[in-house]
Amino acid sequence: MSTPETVAAPSWRARLRRVPWQQLTPLAGLVLLVIVGSLMHPAFLTSTNLFNVLTRSAFIGIIAVGGTFVIIGGGIDLSVGSMAAFLSGAMILLMNALYGGTISPVGVVLIGVGLVLGSGLLAGAANGLAITRGRIEPFIVTLGTLGIFRSLVTYLADGGTISLNFALRGVYRPVFYGSFLGVPIPVWAFAVVAVLGAILLHRTRFGRYVRAIGSNQEVARYAAIRVARVRTLTYVIQGLCVAIAVVLYVPRLGSASASTGILWELEAIAAVIIGGTALKGGSGHIWGTVVGAIMLSLIGNVLNLTSAISEYLNGTVQGLIIIGAVFLQRGRQGR
Amino acid sequence: MAHEPILSGIGLSKSFGPIEVLHAVDVDVRPGEVHALVGENGAGKSTLMKLLSGYHQPNAGEVVLDGRPVRFPDSNAAEAAGIVLIHQELNLVPDLTVEENVFLGREPHRFGLVDRGAARRATAELLATLRTEVPVTRRVRDLSVSQAQMVEIAKAVSREVRVLCMDEPTDVLTGRETEVLFDLVRRLTADGVAILYVSHKLDEIMTIADRVTILRDGHKIGTFDVGDLTPAEMARRMVGRELADMYPPKPAVPDDAPVALEIEGLDVPGFVHGASLRVRRGEVLGIAGLVGAGRTELFEGALGLRPAHGSVRKDGRPVRWRHPEDAKLDRVAYLTEDRKAKGLLLGKNLRENVVLQSLERFARPFVHLRAEQQALEGAVEEFDVRVARLDVEAGALSGGNQQKIVLAKLMLTEPDVVILDEPTRGIDVGTKRQIYFYVGELLAKGVAVVLISSELPEVLGLAHRVVVMHDGAITGTLDGAGLDEETVMAYATGLRRDPPPATLESPRVHT
Repeated sequence: MSTPETVAAPSWRARLRRVPWQQLTPLAGLVLLVIVGSLMHPAFLTSTNLFNVLTRSAFIGIIAVGGTFVIIGGGIDLSVGSMAAFLSGAMILLMNALYGGTISPVGVVLIGVGLVLGSGLLAGAANGLAITRGRIEPFIVTLGTLGIFRSLVTYLADGGTISLNFALRGVYRPVFYGSFLGVPIPVWAFAVVAVLGAILLHRTRFGRYVRAIGSNQEVARYAAIRVARVRTLTYVIQGLCVAIAVVLYVPRLGSASASTGILWELEAIAAVIIGGTALKGGSGHIWGTVVGAIMLSLIGNVLNLTSAISEYLNGTVQGLIIIGAVFLQRGRQGR
Repeated sequence: MAHEPILSGIGLSKSFGPIEVLHAVDVDVRPGEVHALVGENGAGKSTLMKLLSGYHQPNAGEVVLDGRPVRFPDSNAAEAAGIVLIHQELNLVPDLTVEENVFLGREPHRFGLVDRGAARRATAELLATLRTEVPVTRRVRDLSVSQAQMVEIAKAVSREVRVLCMDEPTDVLTGRETEVLFDLVRRLTADGVAILYVSHKLDEIMTIADRVTILRDGHKIGTFDVGDLTPAEMARRMVGRELADMYPPKPAVPDDAPVALEIEGLDVPGFVHGASLRVRRGEVLGIAGLVGAGRTELFEGALGLRPAHGSVRKDGRPVRWRHPEDAKLDRVAYLTEDRKAKGLLLGKNLRENVVLQSLERFARPFVHLRAEQQALEGAVEEFDVRVARLDVEAGALSGGNQQKIVLAKLMLTEPDVVILDEPTRGIDVGTKRQIYFYVGELLAKGVAVVLISSELPEVLGLAHRVVVMHDGAITGTLDGAGLDEETVMAYATGLRRDPPPATLESPRVHT
């Protein structure tokens, strides 16, 4: 019964059996949604519409790539929406203040971008350090920073709206509205973030450690892994991803207010979970998160295009899909 | 013993998927007897027990109760019939109190509310008969493992029990607790209760059991009266071959062998105070003591796994390991005693587990799956891991194979000081011997080995010197040659205590 058996080169049948079919459910859902959409409205399957959907999914998608690291590592970050709002407001105020001085408008935007990326790293590091060094539950820490960032942006805006100087808007506008090789810039950014994230998660030591820690933190610690450092870094990555999303978001409306980024954290978590990542951590895929983010904005798009269901029910459909996705994946995680 | 059996299994077979783990096994349990099941890991002992107590359904054969065939659709049905299994993995709710656990699901009621007073009194009485001093209002989370085990036993005997199935009950018990358990077993059998008893500890079986059924690879080898067998004969029938010497030869440590690891005046707050010891290359230093003496904590403290202060020297160089990674970089490795919670990612495959601690060798900067797979295949061969397929989750392996994977993971870091904490806990005799001989190979390579173990025979069989701990302090450092169990126990229980050496240069006994 228990004789050692050498592993031969896997046959095709064995490979087929080893395909993790259950992990492919998000992709199947996406395909289904595209089929439904194209049947319901002729304009759905046009490149304009699809790029529109992808562009909209870029914000949540980029944030969710960072969220994938946090959640696989056994954590959660509720502060990302507020953080995005705060970073947007701070960025606009800084750029407005710098404009008109000796620095060219392009220079001002570049400084703003640099500042946002740096601040995102710091904000993520603050979350991460409070969680790992302060030994406080991620849920509590990020619930706290959710409130802090949200109130800071309200304070900066004095309860109203922070608007970007019009001259700067003209310079910054192409970052959201421009395209390269026919593909909108935000879609490029989403793709690059996703590819880098996938490489980091699936092909590096760091990614393996994140999964090990999410799977069992004690085992990771006894395996001489720097658990606190790795976990902190997942929040830093999350902060950086939020900052990248902000860099793309600010030129879209050119303003920020207390209602910027409301509920983004839940959409980002939803994208991660629809993508097949276990909420308890330990396993997951970046490509699943990408599919999840696209699905979320695709639902809104299909509802907008067709009048079968009121677009006000967007949240209901999204909610059903989140619950359904987890239900379908339960077989894999239940054991 | 002429009674008719209470419970028997006839031709029981069980397969999990394509793998048959039990093949046409007959077994019967008579009232008032202790019937032991022995066999190597994976021989089918636990499966047989679970078939008899309703946790699994047989694929063939039948369970017979009082002469009539029965089917227990689940464990509740078996328990209703008086057949209770005490699990190897404890089955208590950590956040409930002792009393709430004992009566979970069958709380006594009064006026429509749970009668806590009655439950508490009944639980306190039960624990008193078990001579376990645990407040019934304490949460199980706050108990030691052995206390929790006693609560589990109390829970089992609080029902109308006719057949009590115990799976490795003494694994986590101290010597005294084991004695208490055996007293209880004797009282239960005197009342006509039948005990089905799985254990790896053959000496225990010689002490407590009346009959023994030996299993090997899912087949029954035979049922014997315990008096008719010696432990050696039992072990031989379990493994199906003569067990040559259990331990490898113990080569003398050369007088000029350098000291590899030296600990001086180490305090681990709450656990260990003022511990000093040294181990040389090519030497096995045994660490003996009772459960809770601070043996594990001493080394976890030294290796940066828990807060500690004191001086540590590696190869004569003062070191300060704040994190296990620091110790790893200094080529010191620690095998945890808690394989399932701290040693293995049970839900991950063997490949990811085996390379986890030495990933920097396989990822520069990108992980190299082929190299990892080769490392796994090498480890499987070197440590004789017996698995049908390599792409299974670590949690699917038997205890012995799991331990080999953890050991392989450790050795991939190429340590020259290896600290093994209870390396053979819950492991069958054949695998134990493999691990002992592996220690012998390490010595030949000049590795220094620290062996923390509650099994005195293996400490005496392997160690050149033995450090004995009692209540957080080292009570003696003894020469392994000619050492006997009684002497070690005298130090372990605190009856004997040597004054701490003035300096490490003059330990009480030289090798």
